[in-house]
Amino acid sequence: MEAVRALIRKKSKGLRLLGVPILGLSADLLIGAGCVAEVETSAVSLGEAGLAPRFTEAVEQGTIKVKDTTCPAVHAALQAAEKGVPFMPVGSIAGSDLLNRPDWKQEDEILRVTAIRPDFALFHARWADEAGNVWIGRRRELATAAHASRNCLVTFEEKQKGDMLEDELLAPGVISSIYVSAAAHAPRGAWPLGLPGVYGADDVHLSQYARAAKTREGFQRYLEEWVLTPRKSSSPA
Amino acid sequence: MGPYAPEELLACVIARLLAGARHAAIGASSPIPASGCFLRRISDPSFRVSLQQRRAHNPFTEGSRELFDLAGQGRIDVFFLGGAQIDGAANINLVRAEGRRFPGSFGAAYMYRAVPRVILFREEHSKRVLVPKVEFVSAAGDPQALLTGKALFSWQKDRRRFRLESFHSEDDIRASTGFEYDVSPSLKRTPAPSEEELQLIRTRVAPEIARDYPDFAKRVWGIN
Repeated sequence: MEAVRALIRKKSKGLRLLGVPILGLSADLLIGAGCVAEVETSAVSLGEAGLAPRFTEAVEQGTIKVKDTTCPAVHAALQAAEKGVPFMPVGSIAGSDLLNRPDWKQEDEILRVTAIRPDFALFHARWADEAGNVWIGRRRELATAAHASRNCLVTFEEKQKGDMLEDELLAPGVISSIYVSAAAHAPRGAWPLGLPGVYGADDVHLSQYARAAKTREGFQRYLEEWVLTPRKSSSPA
Repeated sequence: MGPYAPEELLACVIARLLAGARHAAIGASSPIPASGCFLRRISDPSFRVSLQQRRAHNPFTEGSRELFDLAGQGRIDVFFLGGAQIDGAANINLVRAEGRRFPGSFGAAYMYRAVPRVILFREEHSKRVLVPKVEFVSAAGDPQALLTGKALFSWQKDRRRFRLESFHSEDDIRASTGFEYDVSPSLKRTPAPSEEELQLIRTRVAPEIARDYPDFAKRVWGIN
Protein backbone atom coordinates (compact mmCIF):
# COMPACT_ATOMS: atom_id res chain seq x y z
CA MET A 1 0.00 0.00 0.00
CA GLU A 2 2.91 2.37 0.69
CA ALA A 3 4.06 1.85 -2.91
CA VAL A 4 0.53 2.56 -4.15
CA ARG A 5 0.51 5.86 -2.27
CA ALA A 6 3.91 6.66 -3.79
CA LEU A 7 2.58 5.90 -7.31
CA ILE A 8 -0.25 8.38 -6.68
CA ARG A 9 2.16 11.06 -5.38
CA LYS A 10 4.36 10.71 -8.46
CA LYS A 11 1.23 11.13 -10.63
CA SER A 12 1.53 7.85 -12.52
CA LYS A 13 -0.68 7.64 -15.61
CA GLY A 14 -2.04 4.93 -17.91
CA LEU A 15 -1.39 1.96 -15.59
CA ARG A 16 -2.87 -1.39 -16.53
CA LEU A 17 -3.68 -3.42 -13.42
CA LEU A 18 -4.05 -7.19 -13.14
CA GLY A 19 -5.89 -8.55 -10.09
CA VAL A 20 -4.32 -11.75 -8.70
CA PRO A 21 -7.03 -12.83 -8.74
CA ILE A 22 -9.00 -9.81 -7.41
CA LEU A 23 -8.35 -6.15 -6.65
CA GLY A 24 -9.30 -4.00 -3.67
CA LEU A 25 -8.33 -0.76 -1.98
CA SER A 26 -5.06 -0.33 -3.93
CA ALA A 27 -6.90 -0.39 -7.24
CA ASP A 28 -9.68 1.88 -6.00
CA LEU A 29 -7.16 4.50 -4.84
CA LEU A 30 -5.17 4.35 -8.09
CA ILE A 31 -8.34 4.53 -10.20
CA GLY A 32 -9.76 7.44 -8.19
CA ALA A 33 -6.45 9.31 -8.51
CA GLY A 34 -6.55 8.97 -12.30
CA CYS A 35 -3.54 6.64 -12.57
CA VAL A 36 -5.29 3.74 -14.34
CA ALA A 37 -6.26 3.11 -17.96
CA GLU A 38 -7.35 -0.52 -17.74
CA VAL A 39 -7.96 -3.35 -15.26
CA GLU A 40 -8.10 -7.08 -15.82
CA THR A 41 -9.61 -8.76 -12.78
CA SER A 42 -12.08 -11.28 -11.38
CA ALA A 43 -13.53 -8.60 -9.10
CA VAL A 44 -12.85 -5.28 -7.38
CA SER A 45 -14.19 -5.08 -3.85
CA LEU A 46 -13.44 -3.58 -0.43
CA GLY A 47 -14.53 -6.81 1.29
CA GLU A 48 -16.80 -6.19 4.27
CA ALA A 49 -16.56 -2.42 3.63
CA GLY A 50 -18.55 -2.99 0.41
CA LEU A 51 -18.25 -1.89 -3.22
CA ALA A 52 -15.11 -0.14 -4.44
CA PRO A 53 -16.67 3.29 -5.13
CA ARG A 54 -14.04 4.83 -7.43
CA PHE A 55 -13.84 1.66 -9.57
CA THR A 56 -17.62 1.50 -9.81
CA GLU A 57 -17.99 5.12 -10.91
CA ALA A 58 -15.08 4.93 -13.38
CA VAL A 59 -16.62 1.89 -15.12
CA GLU A 60 -20.13 3.34 -15.14
CA GLN A 61 -18.79 6.56 -16.69
CA GLY A 62 -16.53 4.71 -19.12
CA THR A 63 -13.28 6.33 -17.97
CA ILE A 64 -11.44 3.00 -17.55
CA LYS A 65 -11.53 -0.22 -19.54
CA VAL A 66 -12.33 -3.50 -17.74
CA LYS A 67 -11.41 -6.97 -18.91
CA ASP A 68 -13.55 -9.31 -16.78
CA THR A 69 -12.02 -12.66 -15.90
CA THR A 70 -12.47 -15.39 -13.30
CA CYS A 71 -10.09 -16.37 -10.46
CA PRO A 72 -8.81 -19.77 -11.68
CA ALA A 73 -8.15 -18.32 -15.15
CA VAL A 74 -5.87 -15.62 -13.68
CA HIS A 75 -3.95 -18.19 -11.64
CA ALA A 76 -3.57 -20.46 -14.69
CA ALA A 77 -2.50 -17.63 -17.01
CA LEU A 78 0.29 -16.68 -14.58
CA GLN A 79 1.27 -20.34 -14.14
CA ALA A 80 1.62 -20.58 -17.92
CA ALA A 81 3.92 -17.55 -17.87
CA GLU A 82 6.03 -18.92 -14.98
CA LYS A 83 6.51 -22.16 -16.95
CA GLY A 84 7.28 -20.26 -20.14
CA VAL A 85 4.47 -21.91 -22.13
CA PRO A 86 1.86 -20.04 -24.21
CA PHE A 87 -1.33 -21.29 -22.56
CA MET A 88 -2.75 -23.38 -19.74
CA PRO A 89 -5.88 -25.54 -19.46
CA VAL A 90 -8.57 -24.71 -16.85
CA GLY A 91 -11.79 -26.58 -16.02
CA SER A 92 -14.92 -25.60 -17.92
CA ILE A 93 -16.68 -22.25 -17.54
CA ALA A 94 -19.34 -23.25 -20.12
CA GLY A 95 -22.32 -20.94 -20.37
CA SER A 96 -20.47 -17.87 -19.05
CA ASP A 97 -20.35 -14.64 -21.07
CA LEU A 98 -16.75 -14.27 -19.86
CA LEU A 99 -15.90 -16.59 -22.77
CA ASN A 100 -16.48 -13.69 -25.19
CA ARG A 101 -12.82 -12.77 -25.50
CA PRO A 102 -10.48 -13.64 -28.36
CA ASP A 103 -7.56 -14.89 -26.23
CA TRP A 104 -9.62 -17.71 -24.63
CA LYS A 105 -10.97 -20.82 -26.26
CA GLN A 106 -13.20 -23.48 -24.74
CA GLU A 107 -13.44 -26.95 -26.26
CA ASP A 108 -14.50 -30.32 -24.83
CA GLU A 109 -15.13 -28.91 -21.33
CA ILE A 110 -11.61 -27.43 -21.15
CA LEU A 111 -10.91 -23.69 -21.14
CA ARG A 112 -7.62 -22.68 -22.71
CA VAL A 113 -6.29 -19.38 -21.32
CA THR A 114 -3.39 -17.44 -22.83
CA ALA A 115 -0.34 -16.80 -20.62
CA ILE A 116 -0.17 -13.40 -18.90
CA ARG A 117 3.31 -11.94 -18.44
CA PRO A 118 2.97 -8.73 -16.39
CA ASP A 119 5.64 -6.02 -16.56
CA PHE A 120 5.67 -5.78 -12.75
CA ALA A 121 4.55 -7.76 -9.75
CA LEU A 122 4.03 -5.41 -6.79
CA PHE A 123 3.23 -6.48 -3.22
CA HIS A 124 4.02 -6.05 0.46
CA ALA A 125 5.81 -8.90 2.30
CA ARG A 126 6.74 -9.63 5.88
CA TRP A 127 10.49 -10.07 5.44
CA ALA A 128 13.34 -9.41 3.06
CA ASP A 129 16.90 -10.54 3.83
CA GLU A 130 20.45 -9.38 3.16
CA ALA A 131 20.69 -11.77 0.18
CA GLY A 132 17.75 -10.09 -1.57
CA ASN A 133 15.21 -12.86 -0.93
CA VAL A 134 11.64 -12.14 0.14
CA TRP A 135 9.40 -14.23 2.44
CA ILE A 136 5.68 -14.46 1.54
CA GLY A 137 4.76 -17.58 3.52
CA ARG A 138 1.65 -19.34 2.28
CA ARG A 139 0.63 -16.52 -0.10
CA ARG A 140 1.77 -18.66 -3.02
CA GLU A 141 -0.11 -16.57 -5.60
CA LEU A 142 2.45 -13.83 -4.85
CA ALA A 143 5.27 -16.24 -5.73
CA THR A 144 3.49 -17.19 -8.96
CA ALA A 145 3.01 -13.49 -9.80
CA ALA A 146 6.69 -12.81 -9.10
CA HIS A 147 7.82 -15.79 -11.22
CA ALA A 148 5.54 -14.77 -14.10
CA SER A 149 6.43 -11.06 -14.18
CA ARG A 150 9.39 -9.38 -15.91
CA ASN A 151 10.11 -7.35 -12.76
CA CYS A 152 9.09 -7.69 -9.15
CA LEU A 153 8.94 -4.77 -6.70
CA VAL A 154 8.43 -5.49 -3.02
CA THR A 155 7.89 -3.43 0.10
CA PHE A 156 8.64 -5.29 3.32
CA GLU A 157 7.89 -5.06 6.99
CA GLU A 158 11.23 -6.13 8.54
CA LYS A 159 14.74 -6.94 7.37
CA GLN A 160 16.16 -10.39 8.23
CA LYS A 161 19.88 -10.89 8.70
CA GLY A 162 21.66 -13.39 6.45
CA ASP A 163 20.01 -15.64 3.84
CA MET A 164 16.53 -17.10 4.53
CA LEU A 165 17.12 -19.84 1.94
CA GLU A 166 19.62 -21.40 4.37
CA ASP A 167 16.80 -21.93 6.91
CA GLU A 168 14.81 -25.09 6.05
CA LEU A 169 11.75 -23.80 7.94
CA LEU A 170 11.64 -20.44 6.18
CA ALA A 171 12.80 -21.52 2.71
CA PRO A 172 9.45 -22.95 1.44
CA GLY A 173 7.85 -19.51 1.90
CA VAL A 174 10.65 -17.59 0.18
CA ILE A 175 10.79 -15.99 -3.26
CA SER A 176 14.41 -16.20 -4.35
CA SER A 177 16.33 -13.04 -5.27
CA ILE A 178 16.39 -14.37 -8.86
CA TYR A 179 12.92 -12.88 -9.25
CA VAL A 180 13.15 -9.78 -7.03
CA SER A 181 14.08 -6.57 -8.89
CA ALA A 182 14.04 -4.27 -5.84
CA ALA A 183 12.80 -4.24 -2.27
CA ALA A 184 12.16 -1.28 0.04
CA HIS A 185 11.68 -1.17 3.81
CA ALA A 186 8.17 0.08 4.65
CA PRO A 187 7.08 -0.64 8.24
CA ARG A 188 3.29 -1.02 8.47
CA GLY A 189 3.41 -0.77 4.69
CA ALA A 190 0.17 -2.73 4.19
CA TRP A 191 -1.86 -0.27 6.30
CA PRO A 192 -4.85 0.22 6.28
CA LEU A 193 -4.97 -3.39 5.11
CA GLY A 194 -3.56 -6.09 7.37
CA LEU A 195 -0.51 -8.32 7.22
CA PRO A 196 -1.51 -11.81 8.50
CA GLY A 197 0.19 -12.68 11.76
CA VAL A 198 1.62 -9.18 12.21
CA TYR A 199 -1.29 -6.70 12.29
CA GLY A 200 -4.96 -6.73 11.33
CA ALA A 201 -6.86 -4.53 8.89
CA ASP A 202 -7.87 -1.10 10.17
CA ASP A 203 -11.63 -1.66 9.79
CA VAL A 204 -12.59 1.79 11.08
CA HIS A 205 -10.33 3.47 8.52
CA LEU A 206 -11.59 1.19 5.71
CA SER A 207 -15.22 2.02 6.37
CA GLN A 208 -14.32 5.73 6.61
CA TYR A 209 -12.69 5.39 3.19
CA ALA A 210 -15.70 3.55 1.74
CA ARG A 211 -17.98 6.39 2.90
CA ALA A 212 -15.68 9.24 1.84
CA ALA A 213 -14.94 7.79 -1.61
CA LYS A 214 -18.65 7.61 -2.54
CA THR A 215 -18.23 11.13 -3.98
CA ARG A 216 -15.38 12.57 -6.01
CA GLU A 217 -15.04 15.43 -3.50
CA GLY A 218 -14.92 13.06 -0.54
CA PHE A 219 -12.27 10.96 -2.29
CA GLN A 220 -10.20 14.07 -3.04
CA ARG A 221 -10.33 15.06 0.64
CA TYR A 222 -9.21 11.52 1.57
CA LEU A 223 -6.25 11.78 -0.84
CA GLU A 224 -5.23 15.16 0.57
CA GLU A 225 -5.33 13.88 4.12
CA TRP A 226 -3.94 10.33 3.84
CA VAL A 227 -1.95 10.03 0.61
CA LEU A 228 -0.61 13.37 -0.58
CA THR A 229 0.71 14.20 2.92
CA PRO A 230 3.53 11.63 3.25
CA ARG A 231 4.09 12.04 6.98
CA LYS A 232 0.51 11.08 7.82
CA SER A 233 0.05 8.30 5.28
CA SER A 234 2.50 5.96 6.96
CA SER A 235 1.44 6.62 10.54
CA PRO A 236 -1.91 4.99 11.26
CA ALA A 237 -4.29 6.74 13.62
CA MET B 1 -40.42 -20.17 20.39
CA GLY B 2 -38.69 -16.87 21.15
CA PRO B 3 -38.18 -14.14 18.57
CA TYR B 4 -35.36 -14.65 16.08
CA ALA B 5 -33.53 -12.59 13.47
CA PRO B 6 -34.19 -13.25 9.75
CA GLU B 7 -30.47 -14.08 9.41
CA GLU B 8 -30.88 -16.83 12.02
CA LEU B 9 -33.77 -18.42 10.11
CA LEU B 10 -31.72 -18.36 6.87
CA ALA B 11 -28.74 -19.96 8.62
CA CYS B 12 -31.04 -22.77 9.83
CA VAL B 13 -32.43 -23.33 6.31
CA ILE B 14 -28.88 -23.56 4.98
CA ALA B 15 -27.85 -26.01 7.72
CA ARG B 16 -30.79 -28.25 6.70
CA LEU B 17 -29.83 -28.04 2.99
CA LEU B 18 -26.35 -29.32 3.89
CA ALA B 19 -27.54 -32.78 4.99
CA GLY B 20 -25.10 -35.39 3.70
CA ALA B 21 -22.45 -32.87 2.59
CA ARG B 22 -18.76 -33.52 3.38
CA HIS B 23 -17.04 -30.25 2.58
CA ALA B 24 -18.37 -26.74 1.95
CA ALA B 25 -16.22 -23.84 0.82
CA ILE B 26 -17.31 -20.25 1.37
CA GLY B 27 -16.23 -17.32 -0.77
CA ALA B 28 -15.98 -13.62 0.00
CA SER B 29 -18.47 -11.76 2.22
CA SER B 30 -20.87 -14.61 3.03
CA PRO B 31 -21.64 -14.46 6.77
CA ILE B 32 -25.08 -16.14 6.52
CA PRO B 33 -23.83 -19.19 4.52
CA ALA B 34 -20.89 -19.39 6.94
CA SER B 35 -23.34 -19.35 9.89
CA GLY B 36 -25.37 -22.16 8.30
CA CYS B 37 -22.22 -24.22 7.73
CA PHE B 38 -20.94 -23.75 11.29
CA LEU B 39 -24.39 -24.74 12.62
CA ARG B 40 -24.36 -27.87 10.44
CA ARG B 41 -20.89 -28.80 11.67
CA ILE B 42 -22.12 -28.94 15.28
CA SER B 43 -24.46 -31.82 14.39
CA ASP B 44 -21.93 -33.45 12.01
CA PRO B 45 -18.34 -32.92 13.19
CA SER B 46 -16.96 -34.69 10.09
CA PHE B 47 -18.40 -31.89 7.91
CA ARG B 48 -15.54 -29.63 6.82
CA VAL B 49 -15.94 -25.89 6.21
CA SER B 50 -13.25 -23.89 4.39
CA LEU B 51 -13.48 -20.11 4.38
CA GLN B 52 -11.65 -18.55 1.48
CA GLN B 53 -11.00 -15.17 3.08
CA ARG B 54 -10.28 -15.65 6.73
CA ARG B 55 -8.54 -12.97 8.72
CA ALA B 56 -6.59 -15.68 10.55
CA HIS B 57 -6.24 -19.46 10.23
CA ASN B 58 -6.43 -19.49 6.44
CA PRO B 59 -7.05 -23.16 5.53
CA PHE B 60 -4.87 -23.09 2.40
CA THR B 61 -1.11 -23.31 1.95
CA GLU B 62 -0.95 -23.08 -1.85
CA GLY B 63 -2.34 -19.55 -2.05
CA SER B 64 -5.73 -18.53 -3.37
CA ARG B 65 -5.52 -20.98 -6.30
CA GLU B 66 -5.80 -23.99 -3.97
CA LEU B 67 -9.56 -23.55 -3.51
CA PHE B 68 -10.07 -23.98 -7.25
CA ASP B 69 -7.69 -26.92 -7.45
CA LEU B 70 -9.60 -28.64 -4.63
CA ALA B 71 -12.89 -28.04 -6.45
CA GLY B 72 -11.45 -29.28 -9.74
CA GLN B 73 -10.59 -32.60 -8.10
CA GLY B 74 -14.05 -32.96 -6.56
CA ARG B 75 -12.87 -32.39 -2.99
CA ILE B 76 -15.48 -29.67 -2.39
CA ASP B 77 -19.13 -30.64 -2.67
CA VAL B 78 -20.93 -27.45 -1.58
CA PHE B 79 -20.36 -23.84 -2.65
CA PHE B 80 -22.51 -20.71 -2.32
CA LEU B 81 -23.09 -18.22 -5.13
CA GLY B 82 -25.13 -15.04 -5.26
CA GLY B 83 -25.73 -12.39 -7.87
CA ALA B 84 -26.80 -8.83 -8.61
CA GLN B 85 -29.28 -10.67 -10.84
CA ILE B 86 -30.41 -14.32 -10.86
CA ASP B 87 -32.68 -15.56 -13.62
CA GLY B 88 -35.24 -18.35 -14.05
CA ALA B 89 -32.66 -20.50 -15.89
CA ALA B 90 -30.39 -20.30 -12.78
CA ASN B 91 -27.83 -18.02 -14.50
CA ILE B 92 -26.18 -15.47 -12.21
CA ASN B 93 -24.86 -12.00 -12.99
CA LEU B 94 -22.15 -10.39 -10.86
CA VAL B 95 -20.92 -7.88 -13.43
CA ARG B 96 -23.44 -5.23 -14.52
CA ALA B 97 -27.17 -4.49 -14.41
CA GLU B 98 -29.32 -1.45 -15.25
CA GLY B 99 -26.25 0.65 -16.02
CA ARG B 100 -24.64 -0.16 -12.68
CA ARG B 101 -21.31 -1.94 -12.25
CA PHE B 102 -20.87 -4.67 -9.62
CA PRO B 103 -17.60 -6.14 -8.28
CA GLY B 104 -17.19 -8.94 -10.84
CA SER B 105 -17.50 -12.69 -11.28
CA PHE B 106 -14.84 -13.89 -8.78
CA GLY B 107 -14.47 -17.69 -9.27
CA ALA B 108 -18.18 -18.24 -9.95
CA ALA B 109 -17.94 -19.24 -13.63
CA TYR B 110 -15.67 -22.15 -12.71
CA MET B 111 -17.10 -23.13 -9.31
CA TYR B 112 -20.67 -23.40 -10.67
CA ARG B 113 -19.46 -26.20 -13.03
CA ALA B 114 -16.88 -27.81 -10.76
CA VAL B 115 -18.87 -28.13 -7.51
CA PRO B 116 -21.79 -30.62 -7.50
CA ARG B 117 -23.99 -28.82 -4.94
CA VAL B 118 -24.16 -25.08 -5.54
CA ILE B 119 -26.60 -23.19 -3.33
CA LEU B 120 -27.72 -19.86 -4.78
CA PHE B 121 -28.22 -17.36 -1.98
CA ARG B 122 -29.42 -13.77 -2.05
CA GLU B 123 -31.23 -12.00 0.80
CA GLU B 124 -33.01 -9.50 -1.44
CA HIS B 125 -36.00 -11.11 -3.13
CA SER B 126 -37.38 -8.63 -5.68
CA LYS B 127 -38.12 -8.31 -9.38
CA ARG B 128 -34.92 -6.25 -9.62
CA VAL B 129 -32.82 -9.25 -8.51
CA LEU B 130 -34.88 -12.25 -9.69
CA VAL B 131 -35.21 -11.43 -13.38
CA PRO B 132 -36.48 -13.28 -16.48
CA LYS B 133 -33.01 -13.09 -18.09
CA VAL B 134 -29.73 -11.75 -16.65
CA GLU B 135 -27.99 -8.92 -18.56
CA PHE B 136 -24.62 -10.71 -18.28
CA VAL B 137 -24.05 -14.40 -17.55
CA SER B 138 -21.20 -14.54 -15.04
CA ALA B 139 -21.83 -18.22 -14.41
CA ALA B 140 -24.26 -20.94 -15.49
CA GLY B 141 -24.96 -24.35 -13.99
CA ASP B 142 -27.37 -26.61 -12.13
CA PRO B 143 -27.82 -25.48 -8.51
CA GLN B 144 -29.16 -27.51 -5.58
CA ALA B 145 -31.46 -24.69 -4.48
CA LEU B 146 -32.12 -20.95 -4.49
CA LEU B 147 -32.62 -19.39 -1.05
CA THR B 148 -33.75 -15.76 -0.61
CA GLY B 149 -34.95 -13.64 2.28
CA LYS B 150 -38.51 -14.64 1.36
CA ALA B 151 -38.48 -18.19 -0.02
CA LEU B 152 -36.71 -21.45 -0.83
CA PHE B 153 -36.78 -22.88 -4.37
CA SER B 154 -35.48 -26.23 -5.56
CA TRP B 155 -34.01 -26.59 -9.08
CA GLN B 156 -35.57 -29.04 -11.55
CA LYS B 157 -32.66 -29.98 -13.79
CA ASP B 158 -34.82 -31.81 -16.35
CA ARG B 159 -37.30 -28.92 -16.72
CA ARG B 160 -34.64 -26.22 -16.19
CA ARG B 161 -37.03 -24.34 -13.91
CA PHE B 162 -37.18 -23.47 -10.23
CA ARG B 163 -39.90 -24.89 -7.97
CA LEU B 164 -41.12 -22.97 -4.92
CA GLU B 165 -40.76 -25.27 -1.90
CA SER B 166 -41.38 -23.00 1.09
CA PHE B 167 -41.85 -19.34 2.02
CA HIS B 168 -40.78 -17.37 5.10
CA SER B 169 -42.40 -14.05 4.27
CA GLU B 170 -46.04 -12.94 4.20
CA ASP B 171 -45.36 -11.13 0.92
CA ASP B 172 -46.81 -12.39 -2.35
CA ILE B 173 -43.88 -14.46 -3.71
CA ARG B 174 -45.19 -14.50 -7.29
CA ALA B 175 -45.53 -10.70 -7.29
CA SER B 176 -41.95 -10.18 -6.10
CA THR B 177 -40.33 -12.71 -8.49
CA GLY B 178 -39.43 -11.64 -12.01
CA PHE B 179 -39.17 -15.15 -13.48
CA GLU B 180 -41.69 -17.96 -13.98
CA TYR B 181 -41.45 -20.95 -11.66
CA ASP B 182 -43.39 -24.05 -10.61
CA VAL B 183 -44.92 -24.64 -7.18
CA SER B 184 -44.42 -27.74 -5.06
CA PRO B 185 -47.65 -29.65 -4.32
CA SER B 186 -46.50 -29.67 -0.69
CA LEU B 187 -45.74 -25.92 -0.50
CA LYS B 188 -45.38 -24.87 3.12
CA ARG B 189 -44.15 -22.15 5.43
CA THR B 190 -40.41 -22.53 6.08
CA PRO B 191 -40.06 -24.15 9.52
CA ALA B 192 -38.89 -21.65 12.14
CA PRO B 193 -35.62 -22.27 14.01
CA SER B 194 -36.07 -24.60 16.99
CA GLU B 195 -35.10 -23.48 20.49
CA GLU B 196 -32.09 -25.78 20.25
CA GLU B 197 -30.96 -24.36 16.89
CA LEU B 198 -31.29 -20.79 18.18
CA GLN B 199 -29.30 -21.58 21.27
CA LEU B 200 -26.51 -23.21 19.24
CA ILE B 201 -26.40 -20.27 16.82
CA ARG B 202 -26.13 -17.71 19.62
CA THR B 203 -23.69 -19.52 21.87
CA ARG B 204 -21.45 -21.41 19.44
CA VAL B 205 -21.87 -20.07 15.89
CA ALA B 206 -21.95 -16.34 16.68
CA PRO B 207 -18.51 -16.09 18.34
CA GLU B 208 -16.92 -17.96 15.46
CA ILE B 209 -18.59 -15.73 12.85
CA ALA B 210 -17.50 -12.61 14.75
CA ARG B 211 -13.84 -13.40 14.04
CA ASP B 212 -14.21 -13.12 10.27
CA TYR B 213 -17.33 -10.94 9.92
CA PRO B 214 -17.17 -8.47 12.83
CA ASP B 215 -19.67 -5.96 11.38
CA PHE B 216 -22.23 -8.69 10.70
CA ALA B 217 -21.87 -10.24 14.17
CA LYS B 218 -22.29 -6.83 15.77
CA ARG B 219 -25.46 -6.10 13.78
CA VAL B 220 -27.17 -9.48 14.28
CA TRP B 221 -26.00 -10.54 17.73
CA GLY B 222 -24.62 -7.35 19.26
CA ILE B 223 -21.16 -8.92 19.60
CA ASN B 224 -18.19 -6.59 19.74
